Amino acid sequence: MTSGEIIIKGGFVVDPTRKMEGDITDIAIKDGKIVDKVSSSAKVIDAKGKTVMAGGVDVHAHVAGPKVNVGRLFRPEDKLLSGVCRSAMAQKNGARMESGFSIPSTFKTGYDYARMGYAFVMEAAMPPLYSPHIHEEIHDTPIIDEGALPVFGNNWFVMDYLKKGEIENTAAYIAWLLNVTKGFGVKCVNPGGTAAWGWGLNCLSLDDVVPYFDTTPREIITGLLKANEYLGLPHSMHIHQNNLGNPGNYQLTIDSLKLAEGIKTKNKFGREQVMHSTHLQFHSYGGTGWGDFESKAKEVMDYVNKNKAITVDTGNVTLDETTTMTADGPFEHHLHSLNHLKWVNVDVEMETAAGVVPYVYDPNIKVCDIQWAIGLELALYAKDMNRIFLTTDHPNAGPFTRYPRVIKWLMSKKAREAVLDSFKHKDKVIDATTLHTIDRELTLYEIAQMTRSGPAKCLGMSNIYGGLAPGMNADVGIFDLNYKNMPSDPEKIEKAFQRAACFIKSGEIVVKDGEVLSRGHKKTVWVHVNMPENLQVKRDITQSFTKDYTVSLVNYPVRDYLAPHPFVLEVDVEA
Amino acid sequence: MATVTLKPTKVPELMLEGYSITPDAFAGKTPAQIAALPAHEGKIHVTLGDFFEVSGNAGATAAETDIVIAGDCTRVKYIGSKMTAGTVKVNGNADMYVGGWMKGGKIHITGNVDSFCGMQMQGGEILIDGNAQNYVGCAYRGDWRGMKGGTIRIKGSAGNDIGTFMLGGTIIIEKDTFIHVSTHAEGGTVILKGDVEGRVGGQMVKGTIYVFGTIKFMMPGFKKVDRVELEVDGTKATFDHYIGDLGERHPKSKGKEIFADLYVKA
Repeated sequence: MTSGEIIIKGGFVVDPTRKMEGDITDIAIKDGKIVDKVSSSAKVIDAKGKTVMAGGVDVHAHVAGPKVNVGRLFRPEDKLLSGVCRSAMAQKNGARMESGFSIPSTFKTGYDYARMGYAFVMEAAMPPLYSPHIHEEIHDTPIIDEGALPVFGNNWFVMDYLKKGEIENTAAYIAWLLNVTKGFGVKCVNPGGTAAWGWGLNCLSLDDVVPYFDTTPREIITGLLKANEYLGLPHSMHIHQNNLGNPGNYQLTIDSLKLAEGIKTKNKFGREQVMHSTHLQFHSYGGTGWGDFESKAKEVMDYVNKNKAITVDTGNVTLDETTTMTADGPFEHHLHSLNHLKWVNVDVEMETAAGVVPYVYDPNIKVCDIQWAIGLELALYAKDMNRIFLTTDHPNAGPFTRYPRVIKWLMSKKAREAVLDSFKHKDKVIDATTLHTIDRELTLYEIAQMTRSGPAKCLGMSNIYGGLAPGMNADVGIFDLNYKNMPSDPEKIEKAFQRAACFIKSGEIVVKDGEVLSRGHKKTVWVHVNMPENLQVKRDITQSFTKDYTVSLVNYPVRDYLAPHPFVLEVDVEA
Repeated sequence: MATVTLKPTKVPELMLEGYSITPDAFAGKTPAQIAALPAHEGKIHVTLGDFFEVSGNAGATAAETDIVIAGDCTRVKYIGSKMTAGTVKVNGNADMYVGGWMKGGKIHITGNVDSFCGMQMQGGEILIDGNAQNYVGCAYRGDWRGMKGGTIRIKGSAGNDIGTFMLGGTIIIEKDTFIHVSTHAEGGTVILKGDVEGRVGGQMVKGTIYVFGTIKFMMPGFKKVDRVELEVDGTKATFDHYIGDLGERHPKSKGKEIFADLYVKA
């Protein structure tokens, strides 16, 4: 953080947290924070004719951890044509080599997010056992602030407690795990299904019984929702639902979302939702097979629009060659048996599992095109843009570097139609989707809600990220877009968001004209829960580490030196 | 047709990344412009003129351009890589990636080549008078899309991993081969005129292999189905016909399973 003062003058400020829709106003920065005013010696950045927004907030991406690394290792071909020869300026600035397209190196990840004006990224699935590695990798990713969500949906402790309806014990276990793994919140991937995969099975409905554990996805989801609110965590329970990616799964999706009804939010972080349902695109499918596969985005969004206790993110398919990776082990096996490409499958002791398979979203394949349309339909059917966020479930539906392209599609019907017209099976795609009937074009204000204010609020950090009010982090992106005179060529929108004209992170200019100038001052954000000791949970953990785990309890926690730039959110739970 | 001659003037200390040595890059350029084309020696930016004396003229298009390298290129990589038309002839040896990702035209190397010759090639012809190292006509590391078309003829011997993940085209090795031929292949033809150590057609889904010599260790996943008379690369002979790899998945066509074919001279 530099104490240098900066003033950004004359830009069109788009800041939903203060209802600013392109107001021409100056943004003052001092000591890494936004301030009311600065002295006359402040460095002046001229933003005249450009759009000024807060740094972006990504609520869900896979950017660090064992499965990302496995992807990097087993896909050398992903790096072949994606390396960037360092320019003389990059070498002078000490920038590192960049490589990888769908699973970029840690350096490229940090640089590319910064080039797009993103300030915070949530690693969406941290296997607790490997949390030390994840923190090392987060530390290795320059510029951007990051947090990580440990996975709980198939955790043996959680399933044991929830089978007996023990919310308090579940909450105490979650608190302990967040503290020792330096985690941010409660992630739940294919609840019960990944554990069932240990028996070669899956849970494809809410009432499928998890073998041995004798519980159900319904019990796990409801229990985690309640435990999350018992603790009052900044973020809500964050769920990747059951039966991902299969035709006809939309009904299960709606049924799972309904589990949020009747659960009250309780927290001191300004969060309103109790459930965040991620990469909804993969869960909004109709049809009985790939032949009659169709969009049910309208049906799903009709429910989401009604229930204020839910936030979602899109998971847009970008029609690229990419790498899928998820803690949904059975799904990755299913995908491998469809495309016959290489497959990695991992079991993480008592906690979770994972799989990795490359995938080509080929524009000549009807199903891929319908998936592309569904992702866009979700955002275009949304009524409250502060409850739907832009993601590609990076890298599952496409790399995060395609966000600017998704923004272009959302903001321009012309751009969407150009893609639709290029499809080999255009007529079949039109039959199975409604995208072609939607005239809506999102505004920059709505894009700022989807990528800034919305996700920051959903993560309980609306006073830190996602806005430009005095006191907030000085993360400011300046984009070459004239708010009052938007370009008629949609390509210019994509170009402007791909390479920010300027990006200031924690009060320091880190990107200028798309060139990275500094490694920035990154922080790792996690949640620390203070609550009275729960003797039973303490005993269960000790016993289990003696009996079941391959590591001892003292070697399990993430040491402080692995996350040397902490930003800790404290949560106090009263007895 | 116009001919550009490159005369090596200096042996690179590290390997020279000669990715600019293609008719496509030379077309329409003067010798001075060709000498100024970029190359790398390690991480250092260099030009072709630092290592070659350029003479003659390039044609207007790649198809009208012939390149002759009058000397040894043992330490020059990527000769003719990604080329779409025209010809390249090297009077001597060449290093790795000769004709990698090539789409058309002809390459003739009078000496030996190192590994990855014709990697992921899509069309055109490569003729090597000497021997080749490993990975002739293979896929890039990790990739599942190997050689799609064109012809590679090695007059000498080759190492291992020939035609890995091959999808189309033809590879002919006139002398002996070591291990791993057409591994994971889903198409294409490999003709081995000499002997081969083993692991021929492992995990092969589709495609054809002809062996004129002997396979020292046969893969257990291949089953003999009949004996046939065939003319292969201009030679008539009797072959034992095997199908496989029986341990691998196989697509169906008109209700019948399609296997890879392996013909071994009887």
